[in-house]
Amino acid sequence: MTAHAPAGPHDGGAGAGSLLAASDLHKTYGSTAALDGAGFEIRAGEIVAVMGPSGSGKSTLLHCLAGIVQPDSGTVTYRGETLSRMPDARRSALRRRDFGFVFQFGQLVPELSCLENAALPLRLSGLGRREAESRASSWLERLEVDDVRGQRPGQVSGGQGQRVAVARALAAGPSVLFADEPTGALDSLNGERVMQLLTEAARETGAAVVLVTHESRVAAYSDREVVVRDGRARSMAGAL
Amino acid sequence: MSAGTATREGAPAPVEDGSGPGDRPAGRARPADWGRDLAMGARFATSGGRQGWTRTLLTAVGVALGVAVLLLAAAVPQIAAAFDAREEARSGGLGTAGHYAEPTEKTVLTKNANTHYRGTTLYGRLLQADGSSPVRPPGLGEIPAAGELVVSPALKELLESPEGRALAKRLDGRVTGTIEEDGLLGPAELAFYKGADDLSAGEGADRVEEFGAPESDERPLDPALVLLIVVACTVLIMPVAVFIATAVRFGGEQRDARLAALRLVGADAATTRRMAAGEALVGALLGVLLGGWFFLLGRVFVGRIELFGFSVHPADVAPSLGLGALIVVAVPVTSVAVTIFALRGVAIEPLGLVRKSEQRPRRLWWRLVPPAAGAALLLPLAGSVAGEGASVSGVQITAAVVLLLGGVALLLPWLVERIVGWLRGGPVSWQLATRRLQLSSGNASRAVSGITIAVAGAIALQMLFSAVEADQTVQDESSAEKGSVVNIYGTHATVGSADTLTAQLRRTDGVREAVGYLQAYQEVRGSDDGMTIAVGHCATLRRIARIDDCREGEVYKVPPEEGETGAPPAGTAVLGEDGKQIWRTPRARTVEGIEGPEGGKLEGLLATPSAVPVDALDSPNYQAWVVTDHTAAALEKLRTAVFRADPAYNVFERLDEETSAEFVTIRRAVLAAAVAVLLLIGASMAVSMVEQLRERKRQLSVLVAFGTRRSTLSASVLWQTAVPVVLGIGLAVVFGLGLGWGLLRLMKAPAGDWLVFLPVAGAGAGVIGLVTLVSLPFLWRMMRPDGLRTE
Amino acid sequence: MCIVSAMSISHTLLGLLESGPRHGYDLKRAFDERFGHDRPLHYGQVYSTMSRLLKNGLVEVDGIEAGGGPDRKRYAITDAGVTDVAGWLARPEKPEPYLQSTLYTKVVLALLTGRDAGDLLDGQRAEHLRLMRELTKRKQGGDLADQLICDHALFHLEADLRWLELTAARLDKLASEVRP
Repeated sequence: MTAHAPAGPHDGGAGAGSLLAASDLHKTYGSTAALDGAGFEIRAGEIVAVMGPSGSGKSTLLHCLAGIVQPDSGTVTYRGETLSRMPDARRSALRRRDFGFVFQFGQLVPELSCLENAALPLRLSGLGRREAESRASSWLERLEVDDVRGQRPGQVSGGQGQRVAVARALAAGPSVLFADEPTGALDSLNGERVMQLLTEAARETGAAVVLVTHESRVAAYSDREVVVRDGRARSMAGAL
Repeated sequence: MSAGTATREGAPAPVEDGSGPGDRPAGRARPADWGRDLAMGARFATSGGRQGWTRTLLTAVGVALGVAVLLLAAAVPQIAAAFDAREEARSGGLGTAGHYAEPTEKTVLTKNANTHYRGTTLYGRLLQADGSSPVRPPGLGEIPAAGELVVSPALKELLESPEGRALAKRLDGRVTGTIEEDGLLGPAELAFYKGADDLSAGEGADRVEEFGAPESDERPLDPALVLLIVVACTVLIMPVAVFIATAVRFGGEQRDARLAALRLVGADAATTRRMAAGEALVGALLGVLLGGWFFLLGRVFVGRIELFGFSVHPADVAPSLGLGALIVVAVPVTSVAVTIFALRGVAIEPLGLVRKSEQRPRRLWWRLVPPAAGAALLLPLAGSVAGEGASVSGVQITAAVVLLLGGVALLLPWLVERIVGWLRGGPVSWQLATRRLQLSSGNASRAVSGITIAVAGAIALQMLFSAVEADQTVQDESSAEKGSVVNIYGTHATVGSADTLTAQLRRTDGVREAVGYLQAYQEVRGSDDGMTIAVGHCATLRRIARIDDCREGEVYKVPPEEGETGAPPAGTAVLGEDGKQIWRTPRARTVEGIEGPEGGKLEGLLATPSAVPVDALDSPNYQAWVVTDHTAAALEKLRTAVFRADPAYNVFERLDEETSAEFVTIRRAVLAAAVAVLLLIGASMAVSMVEQLRERKRQLSVLVAFGTRRSTLSASVLWQTAVPVVLGIGLAVVFGLGLGWGLLRLMKAPAGDWLVFLPVAGAGAGVIGLVTLVSLPFLWRMMRPDGLRTE
Repeated sequence: MCIVSAMSISHTLLGLLESGPRHGYDLKRAFDERFGHDRPLHYGQVYSTMSRLLKNGLVEVDGIEAGGGPDRKRYAITDAGVTDVAGWLARPEKPEPYLQSTLYTKVVLALLTGRDAGDLLDGQRAEHLRLMRELTKRKQGGDLADQLICDHALFHLEADLRWLELTAARLDKLASEVRP
């Protein structure tokens, strides 16, 4: 295995070649500090697992990286642009075009069919219904869930639903895929399948993946991992 | 547990009757179970923390508003009865009752002095005591001395204000007291008693021995008006009932989740239903209490409201015991019934709520039965309310209206389901909304059914009004250049008084032209028809007909344009009041009549005073037409002039301004009521929308993470409200116009204005906007990313 | 390069010496108390280990007490010994099943000697994950048999990792127990 260049702890600076980087993030909810000086960095096409115990701030880090949540201080830069300086509309547009999301559960719109769900981000970025659905359809095929395209999320299994979610996240061709406990609600077999399909698809399309998980078997699909503890992220090099 | 032990030990268990505590068949609950479960549910209603309380309060306020409206409606018969009673109590023989009474120490002479001021009718009486201990009308401490005024508080206020200056001039007296409440129909009534010293019985005044005789000229209500009232009450109360049913179900989603949790710990389905009922009951009972309070509060304000010149004493606003008790009992019972019925379509599963869905498509045929029955009840009545003296079969009409409007509520879910099922494609926001509706079109149409009923009813009412209004309003021909034409009519006149008043009218500001004369209608021998005799000096007669060479002592004749009657040949015997001959018509020269400003000529005999026995004529009256400036001030000055000549004289505007103004007011009131109902329903829609959003917090956050624009989600909320409301209003317009048309057929009135639905439909559109606006802040709050947090 | 047994008794004893010179018998008692549990150390094991360490220059004899016992030497750790302990603690163990006892020993020794046990755990964790990644990769490319074999190893490694995480979360508590 070729180890990536080791990054020391707290080395969150936007190094050359990094696609998305964050440094010295602070975020407080009420009186609890979710992030306390966290840094992060990911290169194009890289799969990075973000691990850590519950409440350590993994999800908050992901939300900050994706521009869903504004950190109290610190910067997040994507392709050299600082997310926190963008207006909300720009960040939303960025999330539509450049980012994809897979969450643990409850992410599919229950009224829409699986196909319509998968086509949603494409339609949100302005693609016509027909075109969007045909593209989404090919993604459903790749994730082996094209047989449930006409059904609603409530009518399919958790694994199928999660694969629909992955198809949805990848359909728009994102540069970064944010996956927050994507297998959290699945049994190990389904979880493995989802991870396998997700990572394969991401590698093929060259999408970087920020994979938040507390499961090491899931994290093992990554290239390297970052551990968040007490609101700080430590990069773990693949080898010492 | 204990039952099981007992069986194991060999004691024979009472299996056959199945009434042992352990093996009671599920679903058959004893009263004790009911009590326990209702109490449990009631605890949920009050112990859910702030959110639980909010939900309960919302239900309570919704029910309370409904209850208050129902109580008010239930008080209407009482209000009307109190009105009648007050009216009777102060009436004093303005007919024949006291006419022949002999003067005693107690008797009082009264004379009608009602007048109009700026579109409002004033109740007025001149009073003159015959002796030292006169009877008094209610509310009046003492018979005022000549020239003194005792006025109602509202009139007092008006007289003291600049707006009342012209009226003060007309009433022309010193205000020495106020009329007490029991002498007034309503607190805002304008009324006065004025002391007089020149009244005499028979000359427009009546002698009464006591006040409180029934009004002799009481007319039954116009059947068209009864129809209006019946329809209006039905139309305004039905949506309130629907609203109460909706309000009981506020917070349904959370409650359902809780019930599912109860099932998880072992409660059976019947028990959970009873608990839900208990929860609803708390809101409903609170609502009844609150509604009673709203009602009492509203009663206080009722006294300050004046509508169509009417106001109501708060004390008169009291529903009858029976109706009040019915409301107080029926509302909570209904709320429980509605809750249980609503849960019928929902299987409460331990792991959450399963709508018994993939419902089979709704069927149409049975939904058509009630409206068809309503139409069948209504159509045969066509023409039955036309004309004077027609009777209104209130029960049948009410039933028809209820069935037709109820039909709207029944057809709506079917229609929404069908139409929403067809919807395809469109932008993302549209797709989100229509898919949501497709999944649960029932919820959407339930919320809207109240709107539909209210709008359909309001449209039917508006159509009725527009027809009745067209019927009652005469085309206004007056204008600034032509001026307004006013008719004056008064009984008990003499040639002298007529000339004096006519001259007075000519001198009044704003009067351009005035023609007045004494006129009598006399029976003649040998004919069924009588004839009109106008008496005046030559100066007056020349204005009625072309008589250039008029001389005192002569009689002229204007023959009718058609037929023979109206101007009998010379020598015809003219009969007096008692049927005896008083005069023979002399030879009269035929002259051509002059058309008055309102069109038409006077036909009959024109006599100079010395040519007829004026004193013997049968109740000669004063007749005049006046052309004044087309301004309110000119009209009021004219009224003052007439009032001061004789307060009992009537002033008729050629254009019945009051009628049309009144109808505009009624239409506005109906529209206002419809809008109020729409707002109520809008409030309930907003509440359920907010609830729905809260339930979807996570999905909303995910959509935001995906970069969904705020506007997209806002638009989807808009569509989600708009689609059912638009469908509902569309259906309401069809039914409303149909119902209106059916009701117009009852009166044989032509359907005039088919566009009456526009304002109500517009109000419906406003509700859509309002619900969306109210939901948006919640939507935005739900769109915050904390919905994504699972830790 | 250096002689590390599975249980690495020599490193453990060295580590125990870091807090101060001890007699051989004291060392056995200290070891048994903290790490012995079911398998107390034979004194002979201590004796032979100490001889080897002495030979390698990682410990030195601090003094000898007069008396009848076979070995009354008091041992002290040398600078080379301290370095050796540090290197051992910092070096992640080769991820393999039933590693906990070694890891536990390392953590306790790190705490006893005032080193950062968290770093130690993180390093181990990274090593575990590295292996897991390799296995995952092999699994993705392999046939069913490969997959099953890899999965077996992965599940064990995952269990280890969970233990590592749990221990990391409880370091403070452990420290207070180890260093009263």
